[in-house]
Amino acid sequence: MSPAAYLACLNGVLKREWLRFYQQRSRFLSALVRPLLWLLVFAAGFRAALGVSIMAPYATYITYETYILPGLCCMIVLFNGMQASLSMVYDREIGSMRVLLMSPLPRPFLLISKLAASALISLIQVYAFLAIAWMFDIQPPLWGLLAAAPALLLAALLLSALGLLLSNGIRQLENFAGVMNFVIFPMFFLSSALYPLWKMRESSEWLYWLCSLNPFTHAVELVRFALYLQLNGQALVVCLVLLMVITSAAIMTFNPQHAAVRRRPQGD
Amino acid sequence: MGRGGHSLNALQVDQVSFSFGDKVALDQVSFGIETGRLNALLGPNGAGKSTLIALFSRLYRLQQGDIRVGGVSLRRQPRQALRQLGVVFQQSTLDLDLSVHQNLAYHAALHGLSARAAAPLIEQELMRQSLLAHQHQRVRELNGGHRRRVEIARALLHQPSILLLDEASAGLDPASRLALNQHIRTLCAEQRITVVWTTHLMDEIALNDPVVVLHGGRVLAASSAEGIIAKTGHTNLNDAFRYMTQTAGASA
Repeated sequence: MSPAAYLACLNGVLKREWLRFYQQRSRFLSALVRPLLWLLVFAAGFRAALGVSIMAPYATYITYETYILPGLCCMIVLFNGMQASLSMVYDREIGSMRVLLMSPLPRPFLLISKLAASALISLIQVYAFLAIAWMFDIQPPLWGLLAAAPALLLAALLLSALGLLLSNGIRQLENFAGVMNFVIFPMFFLSSALYPLWKMRESSEWLYWLCSLNPFTHAVELVRFALYLQLNGQALVVCLVLLMVITSAAIMTFNPQHAAVRRRPQGD
Repeated sequence: MGRGGHSLNALQVDQVSFSFGDKVALDQVSFGIETGRLNALLGPNGAGKSTLIALFSRLYRLQQGDIRVGGVSLRRQPRQALRQLGVVFQQSTLDLDLSVHQNLAYHAALHGLSARAAAPLIEQELMRQSLLAHQHQRVRELNGGHRRRVEIARALLHQPSILLLDEASAGLDPASRLALNQHIRTLCAEQRITVVWTTHLMDEIALNDPVVVLHGGRVLAASSAEGIIAKTGHTNLNDAFRYMTQTAGASA
């Protein structure tokens, strides 16, 4: 297969994910409503109680809304990554995963194409959210919005890969609720998305360590620094290494038989 | 079938065994599929037909034996072998929320065809399957017969040499079932494409069709339908099939 064939395949997977996303406008709206509620209601309410002192990458005191903006961007990416996991399980159940697996291109390439498609869909949602936040005067530096794109893409790839890894272990769509309770919420709340880690440390040392070890914390910090035109080297390295490890694990544990077994109603 | 060497056979199954844990689904299965013919894979539910289709299409990994697609080993060169296969699965695998054209374009892309290269192929297949008027309709809006045609168009889009149809007529009304069968026979005759048609319905098989009879994961017979009828001493395939499966069941 020529490089053009790989490109055509990637293009096709991206286009299909885009079409599905475009047709599910309610998914887009709910992806926006969730972080907007946090930003415009929760953060506004806690503004007085949760002031944030000067800390990197911020050059001055900031409002709580400004603090949680990167965390909420990553929240969109996290939910979308898990949505991609749900979509993989759904594709297996309705059988369309078989169409993907019948491609003569290498399966790792096909799976990575799915991850890339999911990550790009996340990016669209994040920038729509940032645009709305901008209208409410929560405005990071303009160039920061551009600088955050690669950081957001890396975070989105990482969390989509995590979603794919999880989907390999989920045999039925009904089991997906567990992912919500045991993955999404702990990842989000045990991170630096809502509170700085030093605040966490003040209340509990072990909670601080849990947050520090959470991959989501590193994704949030990578995006936070990028939004202010700075690089958080540690977060970058952690995210890159985790992306490689989790993607490899997801590809190795992917079992095409799952796509077939579910569709054998007569055990034929 | 299975009479000659590999030159006769578009698809050759050699000593294939497959188990789901302790349950044996296929046991030392060997047969050949004749080039340019409609070959029937006949067997009751649980015979192993869909397991074979899943092995052909690489959804299951071969555990024992090998399958050659146009002489290419599925075990050693799976991607080259896959390129020669078009598959219509028992249950629809179409994306219901995409249009007919979008479904075909997605399949073409997965086979490495650019949008420009795919466009004439899509048009040709839509025309051949009489679906041109439906190309911008969502699949969800189509009836069962048309959906099957979309799946056939999709399976043929990358111009495979072998078309696998796994119980393709399942869920269709008798008229649509007959129309689909005739449509596939026309395709087969006009384009000399090799067809593997898995079924448990005798009326979908013509007397001169090559037939492999599967039962309990084993090959009971591999011959033409009339050959099988003559061998068992019955007057029709239905009785011959019932006799063979009952005899095999009793001796198992």
